[in-house]
Amino acid sequence: MSDRDPVAAAVDPKGADLRHDEVQAGATSGLAAPDVDPVDEKQTSLWGDAWRELRRKPFFWIGGVLATFFLLMALFPAVFARGADPRSCSLSNSIDPPSSAHWFGYDQQGCDYLAQVVYGARNSLQIGFTAVLGLLVVGIVVGAVAGYFGGWVDSLLARITDVFYALPLILGALILLRVGPEARFFGEPVPIISERGPGAIAVALVIFGWMTAMRLVRSQVIAIKSSDYVAAARALGAGPLRILVRHILPNAVAPVIVYATISVGALIAAEAALTFLGVGLQRPDYSWGLQISEGQSLLRTAPFLVLIPSAVLSLTVMAFVMMGDALRDALDPRQRS
Amino acid sequence: MGRYVARRLLLTIPVLIGASFLIFAMVYALPGDPIRALAGDRPLPQAVQAALRAEFNLDDPLLVQYGKYAAGLVQGDFGTDFSGRPVLDTITQRLPITATLTAVAVVFEIIIGITAGVLAGLRRGSFIDNLVLVSTTLVVSIPILVLGFVSQYVFGVRLGWFPVAGVTQGLYSYLLPGFILAATSLAYVARLTRTSLADSLRADYVRTARAKGLDRRTVVVRHTLRNSLIPVVTFIGADIGGLLGGAIITESVFNIPGLGRAVFDSITRQEGAVVVGIVTLLVFFFIFFNLVVDVLYAVLDPRIRYE
Repeated sequence: MSDRDPVAAAVDPKGADLRHDEVQAGATSGLAAPDVDPVDEKQTSLWGDAWRELRRKPFFWIGGVLATFFLLMALFPAVFARGADPRSCSLSNSIDPPSSAHWFGYDQQGCDYLAQVVYGARNSLQIGFTAVLGLLVVGIVVGAVAGYFGGWVDSLLARITDVFYALPLILGALILLRVGPEARFFGEPVPIISERGPGAIAVALVIFGWMTAMRLVRSQVIAIKSSDYVAAARALGAGPLRILVRHILPNAVAPVIVYATISVGALIAAEAALTFLGVGLQRPDYSWGLQISEGQSLLRTAPFLVLIPSAVLSLTVMAFVMMGDALRDALDPRQRS
Repeated sequence: MGRYVARRLLLTIPVLIGASFLIFAMVYALPGDPIRALAGDRPLPQAVQAALRAEFNLDDPLLVQYGKYAAGLVQGDFGTDFSGRPVLDTITQRLPITATLTAVAVVFEIIIGITAGVLAGLRRGSFIDNLVLVSTTLVVSIPILVLGFVSQYVFGVRLGWFPVAGVTQGLYSYLLPGFILAATSLAYVARLTRTSLADSLRADYVRTARAKGLDRRTVVVRHTLRNSLIPVVTFIGADIGGLLGGAIITESVFNIPGLGRAVFDSITRQEGAVVVGIVTLLVFFFIFFNLVVDVLYAVLDPRIRYE
């Protein structure tokens, strides 16, 4: 029944590849002709295959182009703001609608809205990337330790993960960020958390967002640690750290990389939500969440104040969701052949 | 099965204690002095302040405070807020609203999500399949916040089809917020149904059924759907717990006085007991629905048996 898949068949004339794979499989089991160049193996590694697959996916390219666009916007906002200064505002322009000279119009304070929106990209992307890096580090370390050592270490770490997992991300981060500015640890302000700003938001998102990464890594490590090549490495005298870092993790990170790509988008959305709820960024910071929440009261008279940052925010999230989706499909061997 | 459920229930206890302590510890650090805030401009006499602080255990160390709180919680006592109103009152008043919102969302997930997934899964590569793929990507990408405001503007303000905010029009006023709350999960349900159905259509037993001479319709409805909906049912079940806790943004956008709103308002008013009480309850629901789903999984799929 699955053979009746005309699009897949048209895009994917894989007869040749299948034979090629069989040859490769034969080579690894030692049955093929001895003149097979072992260097060839590299080209058909998981990531090599994934990249060949990715290049053919329009979703990947759309997402990639969008992400690059917003990345450039975050790095060089002045170029994208068409010469407008986000801090030079004149109340006489208050909520002027978009025009050919000022594409996005003016906000309530009479600031050029294009500049406001463009300058918001940096905070969003910075928080998104920092938080993802943070949750990758926590998730991979905790997941690898739990999966590799097993036993009571695993039980303890898994319970701790369950505790955090049961708390909804937005709810946990909301409470932490509300408490943050006046939180004291033995009488001292807590670094980063006590300073309201992008750093505190990223930290809050990591604290309440690392659990899925941990679970993905843990289950991969458990699956891989009983492989023969791990046993071989252990027999050769490799210590746990070396086995984990050199042998297990490189083969265990694929699912968590996919998850991380999509998470960049999800965390950018979470920042906007927290800012909207009043615990995230504040003026004079630029943030799409802030613009949406400020525009809310003018939804009837000047809907563009909400709609424009909403659209830009959605496109940014979409860029990472599309790339992550394409990456997952490319890494899933069941999607091929 | 009984032993499995009992073991899972036992494992739930440390998680519940851990999660409630985590919230309690954070709320413990809530800024400001709630007693002074309660008094307003005219400061309370020292003695009254001290009495109030003693009543709410505010001078005890964190662990002692938590111990007293947890001891009450076990007996169903959620404590009172600073104006003396039992937190349980707030919960019983707000819970039905959030529960209704969640129920509406789940109905949308089932009706729209499964239908879209089945249509796409039956014809891989067709127009409908691609439509579902593109639209689910869109829906997953648009943050709930944005989806909420845009639909509020389009369907509430411009078209006037739905109330802009509040819950004064009965079940009808839950439709739009319920749909927004469901949106992301709905997209996942559609995708999950699609993949799961397409996978089962390749299974050997489907080929056997076809070979026996059954028509495609019977094969799909009687054999394939039943099996391929198992992961979907479990996803929706687990999602109920998540929706209950995730409703805070939807409730804020549409001004719905549910549990999420209550948590948000209580954080602003430094009502620690209300925050801890409601969030603990939400955590409990989340764990409970996940447990139900795990058990349901074994009931639905006889190949899975927990020992």
